[in-house]
Amino acid sequence: MSIKIENVSKRFNDFVALDHVNLTIEPGELVALLGPSGSGKTTLLRVIAGLEVPDEGRIYFDSEDATDKDVRERAVGFVFQHYALFRHMTVFENVAFGLRVKPKKERPSDAVIREKVHGLLNLVQLDWLGDRYPHQLSGGQRQRIALARALAIEPKVLLLDEPFGALDAKVRKDLRRWLRRLHDEIQLTSVFVTHDQEEALEVSDRVVLFDHGRIEQIGVPDEVYDHPATSFVYGFLGHANQLQSRVRDGVAEIGRSRIVAPEHKGIVDATGTAYIRPHDLDIVDDPSTAAFTAKVEHVVKLGSTVRLELSDVADGKALEVELPRERFDELDVVVGSTIHLAARRARVFIEGPAVKQELA
Amino acid sequence: MSAVLEKGAPKASAPAMRPRATARAGPQRSASWKAALLPIVLTTIALLYVAVALLVPLAAVFVEAFRKGVEHYFTSISDPEAWSAIRLTFTAAAIAVPANLVFGIAAAWAIAKFDFRGKALLITLIDLPFSVSPVVSGLVYVLMFGLQGWFGPWLAEHDIKIIFAVPGIVLATIFVTFPFVARELIPLMQAQGREEEEAAVVLGASGWQTLWRVTLPNVKWGLLYGVILCNARAMGEFGAVSVVSGHIRGSTNTLPLHVEILYNEYNFAAAFACASLLAFLALVTLVIKTVVERRFLKSQR
Repeated sequence: MSIKIENVSKRFNDFVALDHVNLTIEPGELVALLGPSGSGKTTLLRVIAGLEVPDEGRIYFDSEDATDKDVRERAVGFVFQHYALFRHMTVFENVAFGLRVKPKKERPSDAVIREKVHGLLNLVQLDWLGDRYPHQLSGGQRQRIALARALAIEPKVLLLDEPFGALDAKVRKDLRRWLRRLHDEIQLTSVFVTHDQEEALEVSDRVVLFDHGRIEQIGVPDEVYDHPATSFVYGFLGHANQLQSRVRDGVAEIGRSRIVAPEHKGIVDATGTAYIRPHDLDIVDDPSTAAFTAKVEHVVKLGSTVRLELSDVADGKALEVELPRERFDELDVVVGSTIHLAARRARVFIEGPAVKQELA
Repeated sequence: MSAVLEKGAPKASAPAMRPRATARAGPQRSASWKAALLPIVLTTIALLYVAVALLVPLAAVFVEAFRKGVEHYFTSISDPEAWSAIRLTFTAAAIAVPANLVFGIAAAWAIAKFDFRGKALLITLIDLPFSVSPVVSGLVYVLMFGLQGWFGPWLAEHDIKIIFAVPGIVLATIFVTFPFVARELIPLMQAQGREEEEAAVVLGASGWQTLWRVTLPNVKWGLLYGVILCNARAMGEFGAVSVVSGHIRGSTNTLPLHVEILYNEYNFAAAFACASLLAFLALVTLVIKTVVERRFLKSQR
């Protein structure tokens, strides 16, 4: 089933949680809503589920307007950040809940329920836990039970609110890969909320970036990472050094280095901020081509890469460079040495007035 | 106690440590001796206090009740007037407790799981009977439903008796026991949050199904605890009930009021016999309360 969000707004008193959001989610897609806390991503998920009522705008499931439909009738699967398992019920009864509360006419027989619950518990690989209570399970197990429970009502849409947020790093990684495989298996239109960019980029088909209740960018993971549409996305997705820059005739000047900025071809003169990924900086010998000169404060070796934490000699600003291990070993860099850096790639966002080329 | 010793000893002995090895033992021993004494003194004070203020009076009730023998005891409590007082006490509790149970669940549910205007006001109002003197609560009903009260003439016209009758006693009892269940449930439900209810609704449960299958099972021990406290107060209430009762023997006397009447008539043995019933009820309540409390704390974990 596809989900269409049309011009949806929601405020909580003075706080604008969603500001005229438009988004279409294709059938069978796994979409990540990514953004810092308070950016509106969870509110949108709850609006889709029917747990919040939007102040403005419509929600469509396929072509059907679901805006005024009650939560109960929407048949969505919802997985909560803190699992929200029914603490006084066994795992089996938790999963069976959605079937047991159906109206008498639609309610399956006990035998059918039993079969179905065991099927779901097998799907999440926890059939042996049926008789336990939620407090006897680990976080990862609870989340998988919560997922099985959500799937029991055969939802047309699966919504997950920070599904791995409360888990430790290792379990988190395993579980998100497992979720991706599960999604490929059952092909259910799914939306999940996360503030973890790595999670969003690894798991999803498409990433929707939120900030201040607005969508900043929508795209496949590679696209949003390599071609961030706004300065917010650049800063939020992965680390980026920010440096003052001046754009003249389509060339960005960052310190003494010059980088062609084709997206600013028409601009004669403007100032802005250059965003440079740590791995897009390289150490150069010749200071006349360097973007900046900096002192090495820390060297952090992270397996195959080495991260240098620097302070700009000119203004003391903290900066970061990432080098492959081999490159680092070639160079003679130690804590305290002064190095010159040039940017291989940068993206400049113009701030303030720009003198534009007159079009003939 | 050992924890107190370990903590107390080094601190107290520290200044005397260096000068002479022989002098060291003295102050240290006296310090630890003092530290050991403190819990004993405190415990003794507490126990003595409990004995004088609680145990002796409680024992006195039973001793006085049986002073004229077992036979006299049973005659006293099976006296028709006593029997009528017992019945009325149970009737009032049997109406007040379920009424406050329903109200308490509804109020706690509304306060903990929904946002609405006037929520803070409702929370404050629920506490009102705790802060108002029971006598005042009784007087309020007299002012409203008494012969000279606001609704008095209308009630008289329709031949409805509230004050100096059973309905007044029930109303007064409801009023003073009003907060118990709600007060017990509100913090509990607030702590449990709304996520489980939201999960239930998303899975297709109706409001009633959510209440019966999710909300109530989660608070059952807290609920039972509130009911026990509510019942204890309902059966023991004196002040408010005394104002609205009219003390008509065999008709509008509850057990606590009956005890007072007997006592004022210098019928001490009978007064204590009836009082022993109330004391016995209190003891039973205490046992149930302890058991429930234990289960409650266990379920919280």
